[in-house]
Amino acid sequence: MTTDTTTAGQAPDTPAGQTVLDARNVTMRFGGLTAVRSVDLTVNSGEIVGLIGPNGAGKTTFFNCLTGLYTPTEGEVRYKGAILPAKSFKVTAAGIARTFQNIRLFANMTVLENVLVGRHTRTKEGLWSALLRGPGFHRAEAASKARAMELLEFVGLADKAEHLSRNLPYGEQRKLEIARALASEPGLLLLDEPTAGMNPQETRATEELVFAIRDMGIAVLVIEHDMRFIFNLCDRVAVLVQGEKLVEGSSETVQQDDRVIAAYLGEPFEENN
Amino acid sequence: MTTHTTAADHTRPHKEDAPTGLLPIPTGPARAMATGGGALTVISAFLAWTWTAAFPGDLTVYGYPGGLPARPHHRALTTLLGLASYGIKGLRALTPGNADAALRYAALAAFTTAWYTLLAISTDLGGLANLEPGGWVAAIATLTALTGALALPFNRPQTYPVDPEDTGWEQTRHRLRNGLTVFKGAFAADTPPPPRTLPSYIEILIIVAALATGLLVFTYGIGTEYDELFIGFLISVAFGFAALAKAGLVAHLSAYTARHRNTTLLGAFLAAAAFPFTQSDDQYATIGVYILIFATVALGLNIVVGLAGLLDLGYVAFLGVGAYAASMVSGSPASPFDIHLPFWAAILVGAGASLIFGVLIGAPTLRLRGDYLAIVTLGFGEIFRLVAMNSDGASGPDITNGSNGISSIPNLKILGFDFGLEHSILGFPIGRFANYFFLMLLITLIVVLVFRRSGDSRIGRAWVAIREDETAALAMGINGFRVKLIAFALGAALAGLAGTVQAHVTYTVTPEQYQFANTVPPNSAFLLAAVVLGGMGTISGPLVGAALLYLIPNKLAFLGDYQLFAFGLALVLLMRFRPEGLIPNRRRQLEFHEAELEPGETPPPTVLSKTGA
Ligand SMILES: Nc1ncnc2c1ncn2[C@@H]1O[C@H](COP(=O)(O)OP(=O)(O)OP(=O)(O)O)[C@@H](O)[C@H]1O
Ligand SMILES: [Mg+2]
Repeated sequence: MTTDTTTAGQAPDTPAGQTVLDARNVTMRFGGLTAVRSVDLTVNSGEIVGLIGPNGAGKTTFFNCLTGLYTPTEGEVRYKGAILPAKSFKVTAAGIARTFQNIRLFANMTVLENVLVGRHTRTKEGLWSALLRGPGFHRAEAASKARAMELLEFVGLADKAEHLSRNLPYGEQRKLEIARALASEPGLLLLDEPTAGMNPQETRATEELVFAIRDMGIAVLVIEHDMRFIFNLCDRVAVLVQGEKLVEGSSETVQQDDRVIAAYLGEPFEENN
Repeated sequence: MTTHTTAADHTRPHKEDAPTGLLPIPTGPARAMATGGGALTVISAFLAWTWTAAFPGDLTVYGYPGGLPARPHHRALTTLLGLASYGIKGLRALTPGNADAALRYAALAAFTTAWYTLLAISTDLGGLANLEPGGWVAAIATLTALTGALALPFNRPQTYPVDPEDTGWEQTRHRLRNGLTVFKGAFAADTPPPPRTLPSYIEILIIVAALATGLLVFTYGIGTEYDELFIGFLISVAFGFAALAKAGLVAHLSAYTARHRNTTLLGAFLAAAAFPFTQSDDQYATIGVYILIFATVALGLNIVVGLAGLLDLGYVAFLGVGAYAASMVSGSPASPFDIHLPFWAAILVGAGASLIFGVLIGAPTLRLRGDYLAIVTLGFGEIFRLVAMNSDGASGPDITNGSNGISSIPNLKILGFDFGLEHSILGFPIGRFANYFFLMLLITLIVVLVFRRSGDSRIGRAWVAIREDETAALAMGINGFRVKLIAFALGAALAGLAGTVQAHVTYTVTPEQYQFANTVPPNSAFLLAAVVLGGMGTISGPLVGAALLYLIPNKLAFLGDYQLFAFGLALVLLMRFRPEGLIPNRRRQLEFHEAELEPGETPPPTVLSKTGA
């Protein structure tokens, strides 16, 4: 019945440089297969961190370990100093939101409803409130809608609010997933291949979008195979190969690292190709 | 699919040059036939169809279309359909969708109704000699109209030419498939353009008219006294509804109702409340109250199945728990407890008991994903019935009185109003069942409101999100278990609420009323069928579905042992041809029919204003 559902600007009060995410020694085994092996990774507030690596390197699995979809076989994950709970909905409530590599929108809900679902953790109206429909309910609902529309505006989907999400083109579905994730007012956003299937213009627009998200005070951890996107965007890049972290450092360090070139990039990355 | 991949030019679909009809008759004469046939059908309805009054409905009278409520018969329907097929063509405004497709359905409806009646007359009375000229006119007129309508040109769907290299069998199959596509195309209609916004009061008038028509059709159906009449009624309603849908009128109506949701709800409530006044016999109020109980429980189940996507195969047990709990505290001499609580308290006991059972069943199973819930609920339903059956003091504790049940539940008395007595409202005699009908209608209204309000809220969106993609819903911060448990317990409590009234209506609560499958609704299988048939996730869907599923077995007693078979067959056909149900949630309709769009065609832009009907 609490009604303070929108903390409008929602900039998380994390001073720059503070560690938001701290994953230590994370290992994930599926039977005999070790998909992620002793990976350490930190993300500080105000940072955009990239996670790259060949197919099957364990990037998505690592994300799943961070968000409670999998419980890591070993290791621990801290968010702002506190160990993360093992359930994915609690992780979201704690402040980590994510998108999925293979888009997982609520296909038969409208664009607006998708974002409203994202606000679930930041609203409290239960069944009774919905049945009785007191003034508090209407206020909370209106506030939620306003916030959701703001976010749709932010990603550029406001005019499609009443469309079914399944009918959106691919690129817009990815944007909607980002808006939905942002609706939970995260301190850290995990993006799993946000530009997969996008054309160059859309990719560029997504770059701008990620910068804007960072400027809102949200730290970003992003998986991507588009190297130009990663190296333009990221303050730091970690390379995962066969479940192990090979290198971590600034864009320049990583793209010149011989091991990374051998294992993943194939040839030295040209900034102006 | 195998045939058109062999050579490149076989993959290219080809379109007919000029649109033609199914039958090779030029457009002009075809239209004349359709129109003339329609007019003649109307005339035939004023003639005598047979010489003897022995055939149900008395079709002997000249010069009077039987529209009188006292003696309704087929000719009234034929007239209506004849008029429809005649009238619909001229009035473009009435048919925003596809006029010719609607005309085809109307002609088909008139044809089947008339021919069915005539055949029934002939077989009942022993030979064609029993038909009077009016009957022959009707037969010829409807046939002419149908022929004309089928010959009208339509946009042929894409077909693929036969691959000459295929085997003869493959070629035959391919031709058959093409034929079927073309045939289906003849009855297809374009999506009608969204309706213009009319002045509010006109839209409301349209809704009122539609509701009144609905009440009229329903009253007529419930009052049909012969199998033949009821079958004729079903045929006419089915084709008539299809014609209206093809004409785009149904879509328009649902757009209007979406705009005036409260008015519609109030209107529907009033129309339903008017039902007992249209009946002189309490017998029909009995049917009415049983339909309401069935429909209300189905709507409760729709929260669980339609919104939250939880398959509950033992839902009727919650109705039973409510009925048993309420009956035990309502002063029945067979109850182990010697208490007689007032009705409001009995309601709390009934709904509360179901709620507790809902939580007890749900808590351990809802943590699991997949089909476990279906199996556990199926088991629970049977366990409940068996326990109730055996708690008779002989094979178990003496609680439920075994198969004799809790009997002689006294009639309700609320504020001095005795539900067992006949009262007179506005000069109309309102009997016992009509009293309960009004009470049950109130309960239905409550359940409708609960459904609507919970569905359109944070918790309702969470249910739908879980149904759509549980992993994503969890990742959005939804506590899946908790939210599902709320849906499950709410559904159970609503069933218990209905059970409280049911116990009083039926006087006696026995275990046999609460089976998984039975020829008499409500039972778990029929409840689920009502939801699926009507349309998952909608309010009106389960109500309509329940009404149909109650009326059809009730009226078609001759089906006897084949009832469940017929029921199964009907469900299979429905799932094949209209998986989204009779009154689809607009989202679902898209979901199921997007695949049928032609390649390259984009789905129609869908702008949803509200959560659907
Ligand atoms: N649930 C699971 N059970 C068993 N093996 C799994 C499971 N999930 C992932 N794996 C395996 O773990 C390895 C890492 O997969 P993951 O999806 O994390 O790779 P990725 O780096 O995201 O690759 P891509 O770039 O193709 O998305 C793969 O070999 C995959 O088959
Ligand atoms: Mg991946």
